[in-house]
Amino acid sequence: MDRLLPLIQNETLKIWKKKRFFVIVLVLLILIPVFTYAQLRIAETNKKNFKDWHNQLVQQINEYQNMLSSDRIPDEWKRSRRIAVQQLQYYLDHDVNPNSPDGVTFTRSFMSNAVTLFFPLLVLAIASDLVSGERTSGTIKMLLTRPVRRWKILLSKLVALTFYVSLTVVVSGVLCYLISGAVFGYNGWEIPVFTGFVIQGSSIESSFVHAVPQWLYMLMEAGLIWVSSMTVAILALMVSVLVRSTSASIVTMMAAVISGTILSSMSSSWHSAKFIFSVNLQLTDYLAGSPPPITGMTLGFSLLILAFWAAVSLAVSFSVFTKQDIMN
Amino acid sequence: MQKTNHSDVVLSVKNVKKQIGGKPIIKNVTFDVYGGEIFGFLGPNGAGKTTTIRMLVDLIKPTSGEITICGEDIQRHPEAALRSVGCIVENPEAYSYMTGWDNLEHFARMQRGIDEARIREVVAIVGLETRIHDKVKTFSLGMRQRLGIAQALLGRPKLLILDEPTNGLDPKGIKELREFVRMLADQGMSLFISSHLLSEIQLMCDRVAIISRGEVLAVGTVDDLLRGTDNYVVWQFEQPDAGKRLLAGERDVRIVPGNEHRIDESVLAGMKDAQITTMNQDRVAALVAKAVRAGIGVVSVQSIAPTLEQLFLRMTEGESIG
Repeated sequence: MDRLLPLIQNETLKIWKKKRFFVIVLVLLILIPVFTYAQLRIAETNKKNFKDWHNQLVQQINEYQNMLSSDRIPDEWKRSRRIAVQQLQYYLDHDVNPNSPDGVTFTRSFMSNAVTLFFPLLVLAIASDLVSGERTSGTIKMLLTRPVRRWKILLSKLVALTFYVSLTVVVSGVLCYLISGAVFGYNGWEIPVFTGFVIQGSSIESSFVHAVPQWLYMLMEAGLIWVSSMTVAILALMVSVLVRSTSASIVTMMAAVISGTILSSMSSSWHSAKFIFSVNLQLTDYLAGSPPPITGMTLGFSLLILAFWAAVSLAVSFSVFTKQDIMN
Repeated sequence: MQKTNHSDVVLSVKNVKKQIGGKPIIKNVTFDVYGGEIFGFLGPNGAGKTTTIRMLVDLIKPTSGEITICGEDIQRHPEAALRSVGCIVENPEAYSYMTGWDNLEHFARMQRGIDEARIREVVAIVGLETRIHDKVKTFSLGMRQRLGIAQALLGRPKLLILDEPTNGLDPKGIKELREFVRMLADQGMSLFISSHLLSEIQLMCDRVAIISRGEVLAVGTVDDLLRGTDNYVVWQFEQPDAGKRLLAGERDVRIVPGNEHRIDESVLAGMKDAQITTMNQDRVAALVAKAVRAGIGVVSVQSIAPTLEQLFLRMTEGESIG
């Protein structure tokens, strides 16, 4: 282990000095104010139209129910709307505002919306050139001719990657809270959030529903985001080992992640699509009780699928990296 | 630096073969490198020099054969074997977004027992003190070369492997490198230097292995290998026809027809009506005197060292006969 620490230090330093993390922070610093402004406009409009959030919620429920009676809406949509109506009704009955305008609520919904595309993108900025970058620059020859076993080098890269993925999740949350809080106020930690909706067909079972304070909900959410980000990171590491060029490695991973998002919205009838990793990335939906992209998917199932993909990627990464000939 | 006995085998390569995609790239390579010697690895581009070097440092796994460095098998104990090796494979690479110093610290952390004093020491050895704290992307090729050598020296290796180290260096740089290599060898280090230029190897190396098409053709001192390969002697006369007749009349002088010699065209470019011969060099003075007595003015006589190509030709001819 004492021999591994300097290697981890090396890999962490290299990512830092490549200024990849600065890019991530910069992207966050630009995007979060944009979304905060958009949210502010929505809040202003709502304030103009509704004096009370109860009215707004009732209005929303009515809108959804009108949609449900229309013939032109596909069944799939109807199912999710029906569930949404039941959830809104639950919040209304318990006198809790699900869209309370404060920094914490904004952060919660921003993080949850970012999990399928935005976080994978940030993770790819770090993970995609971990190995392929060393090949492109030729430094892999120096790295692998030092008296260190190859698996230790890959392991140190993996540890450094885990560190930066964790940092990305935490920094995103903190920046989001700080920036949006300046506009919406820095409160909302104690607001109850309902979780534990069990979806059965097009109705929800509310016997397991319980309220958790929003700070605890945020922690659970961050944990789930970390799990899906790490899965993407480990897959990207494998692609980076297998593919020689960094741009090819980014494109491959982006294609995989984006196709998952598209499949999620159209694969209701193709059931085996649920085994694809990118269809399972939206873990935070299970927490909020939104219907899964394919019926029958549960949090446990998604975690299992992600773990399986990650384990296979790790096995492939390590066996290829330790055996492959470095030709270029 | 540890003094190694000259008779110790530092690097031993036995019957190494490598197939890539079913094609034999390295057919059979065997040689030993002893302690404190400068060993040249000579071959034309594409002969398998770099592939062999990559196998020496565990970047490529041989299909069969055995490579040991200081007694440690590179395949079975890569960690132990690589501890005795410093190398630059192809170009001297470095992380361009870090400073030279950061790069050295990075590689120092990959090995036990290299402290800051040692890093300062190798920086001084390659003479990079003034620029070491600059980003590598601002370095010239020569400075990258020095940084690469500094990196290779960090772990006090017993064997230093340099792949085409004179590539991209100017004549002054090549001369400095030659002196530097000699200094390291005098301290007891073994050096393994690949090149495609015979002249370079000739000036630098104690012993040479010649590789062609993935096979080692010969191993020995440069002088041994060149023995029996005639130098070209190129004559220019004031009266070219008379001169030619004179040369033709000598029994031990062979005139080489213009399309048969293998002298580089650039060497002959400025020589009008040059007569290319192969002959014993000791006879040149006597022949000049004879020409002068016959009233034939000698403009120039030039001895041109055999090229690598010539050497190959002789060796492959020998092979097909023997």
